[in-house]
Amino acid sequence: MPATADDIMIDKVRAIVDAHRDLEGPLLPILHAVQAEYGFVPREVQPAIADALNISRAEIHGVVSFYHDFRDAPAGRHIVRVCRSEACQSMGGEAVAERLLARLGLDWHQTSADGAVTVEPVYCLGLCACSPAATVDGDVYGRLDDETIAEIVEEVRL
Amino acid sequence: MSITIYVPGDSGALALGADKVAKAVASEAEARGLDIRVVRNGSRGLYWLEPMVEVETGEGRLAYGPVKARDVAGLFEAGFCDGPTDHALSLGDPEEIAFLKRQTRLTFARCGIVDPLSLADYRAHGGFRGLEKALSMSPAEIVAEVTESGLRGRGGAGFPTGVKWKTVLETEADQKYIVCNGDEGDSGTFADRMILEGDPFVLIEGMIISGLAVGATKGYIYMRSEYPHAIDMTEKAIEIARAADILGPSVLMSGHSFDLEVRVGAGAYVCGEETALLESLEGKRGVVRAKPPLPAHKGLFGKPTVINNLISLASVPVILDKGGAFYKDFGLGRSRGTIPIQIAGNVKYGGLFEDGFGLTLGQIVEDIGGGTASGRPVKAVQVGGPLGAYFPPELFDTEFDYEAFTARGGLIGHAGIVVFDDTVDMLDQARFAFEFCAIESCGKCTPCRIGAVRGVELADRLKAGVDPENQIEIIRDLCDTMHLGSLCALGGFTPYPVLSALNHFPDDFRREPRREAAE
Ligand SMILES: Cc1cc2nc3c(=O)[nH]c(=O)nc-3n(C[C@H](O)[C@H](O)[C@H](O)COP(=O)(O)O)c2cc1C
Ligand code: SF4
Ligand code: FES
Repeated sequence: MPATADDIMIDKVRAIVDAHRDLEGPLLPILHAVQAEYGFVPREVQPAIADALNISRAEIHGVVSFYHDFRDAPAGRHIVRVCRSEACQSMGGEAVAERLLARLGLDWHQTSADGAVTVEPVYCLGLCACSPAATVDGDVYGRLDDETIAEIVEEVRL
Repeated sequence: MSITIYVPGDSGALALGADKVAKAVASEAEARGLDIRVVRNGSRGLYWLEPMVEVETGEGRLAYGPVKARDVAGLFEAGFCDGPTDHALSLGDPEEIAFLKRQTRLTFARCGIVDPLSLADYRAHGGFRGLEKALSMSPAEIVAEVTESGLRGRGGAGFPTGVKWKTVLETEADQKYIVCNGDEGDSGTFADRMILEGDPFVLIEGMIISGLAVGATKGYIYMRSEYPHAIDMTEKAIEIARAADILGPSVLMSGHSFDLEVRVGAGAYVCGEETALLESLEGKRGVVRAKPPLPAHKGLFGKPTVINNLISLASVPVILDKGGAFYKDFGLGRSRGTIPIQIAGNVKYGGLFEDGFGLTLGQIVEDIGGGTASGRPVKAVQVGGPLGAYFPPELFDTEFDYEAFTARGGLIGHAGIVVFDDTVDMLDQARFAFEFCAIESCGKCTPCRIGAVRGVELADRLKAGVDPENQIEIIRDLCDTMHLGSLCALGGFTPYPVLSALNHFPDDFRREPRREAAE
């Protein structure tokens, strides 16, 4: 019988689990690695991780759902994270964020219909002396203004 | 001879275009046939001047900032490689910039100066002297030195580090751990990030000393996923330290074994709480554990564990090098040594200011920070992250000291301060405090989990001007319940920002009832 897409994915995840087996407390590193591979933690692979680590499926699901970082569905090709914490608020961050969302036609946590971009809130990037701040696929942006917003919009539309 | 040019690789500098500047420097030098070496140093913490470029000249290091990529050609044109210039961005000797000159840099002595991944630089600037001393001491002697220094935890609670270490030293076990709390979730803080990006070896050195002190051979650095650059630098630094036998089976050929691993969180503020962090390291949901047992007795995987904030650990090398008495000499009262204050938000001169405890809040905000960036009056300053109180200017005489802040209904936390000008609406800030608690609650206690959601609703009602006195009374009750009925400071201290906003800025909480279809 030919291997299904799920089988291939599960084999790959088994390999990820094996690569982390010697770590103490390997679950988070495994989930990060799975998400790095697929962009999210597919439900289909959770039983394989549970079996390999000898923990229950409910436990895996509990962990995946506890942490804000782990997704259960794919995100856009680009991920924009805008800081909503106090130092950014003090520099007009909320208004800048609203303008960015409007330019993208999205609300928080939404992905654009063409799959190009997802916008998420983040609670502090450690750029509080260069606020308001955001990241695009991990690249950092400080002192957000209309010019930087335009730059970000340009970048994620590619 | 090649010319050394420093362009910070610190995230803050990157966020302001440092990579583009570094590229421009390289290509401009090539076009001019100049032999240069670009070093990506950390930041000195003068963020209003970032990207701050420095050149090694015959007259020492000379700084320029804030530099944009488009300024680079002009700098070369002005001859900035050869010596002092009168270029408009010239700052002269960086050490003479008042913001830096006024500081006492112990923990941050090298940050922004050295190449963060150069062991040679690290040693040339006093690195490993503390570790070498520690290797000649008994564990009890190391613990005594740290105790003598008066160092208290820089993660927020201010617990004496020496006492914590002593407990772990005296607990028998086949395995003990050192865990660095590098979760740095407090808004307005970036000291941990700066160390990891600017001087990561100091943390490694501090953790090795901690391992020697308590008999632990393994350490974890738990970092937040929001800091990808810092994670990358830390991993590289660990590799380099391993290759140089600073980490591994025989630290500096002493026969003592110690190794380190980086672990990355997954976006949960509560995982900065030490027991939630340990759960997370073990691969579980980051739910807070009830204490006792203390982590010092039963911590990671049930083993005795030192868990300290990153700055606490990074302050240990200088304490061992110069002695506990030297460190203790700075500060006041029961707050000894230096504290890296992070000045953030709506402030003219934002950045990192390390100094002995005891500056007043007013000195920090007005003299050092230069007031607001917007030029408007300061209305409030939040000290200590999202669980810290808002201080009005009337309380600017409060000294930066653990006890002084407690006495005024606040906390120092991780020493971040966020400045707001008079356009801030303190009811919005109170609402955010509840909202943040609702988003980040680990869910274990009802007052925190449900109370925070209820708080948001009450704030919304206040915003609409619905029966303010009644809502305010309910908010006060709710804060009482959260303060008394929460297991950890997330639920327990959310009342600080809420009540301080309410008490110091009562007018913001009493609105005119909102009219449908305005006049
Ligand atoms: C909700 C919450 C978040 C916390 N976040 C951090 C943090 O990001 N970094 C930190 O060092 N301590 C944090 N703490 C404090 C830790 O629980 C703990 O006191 C600290 O790691 C001990 O180290 P220290 O004694 O060196 O300060 C937090 C506490 C709470 C309740
Ligand atoms: S106060 Fe909140 S975050 Fe802390 S243990 Fe209770 S529910 Fe969890
Ligand atoms: S508060 Fe936005 S980066 Fe820290």
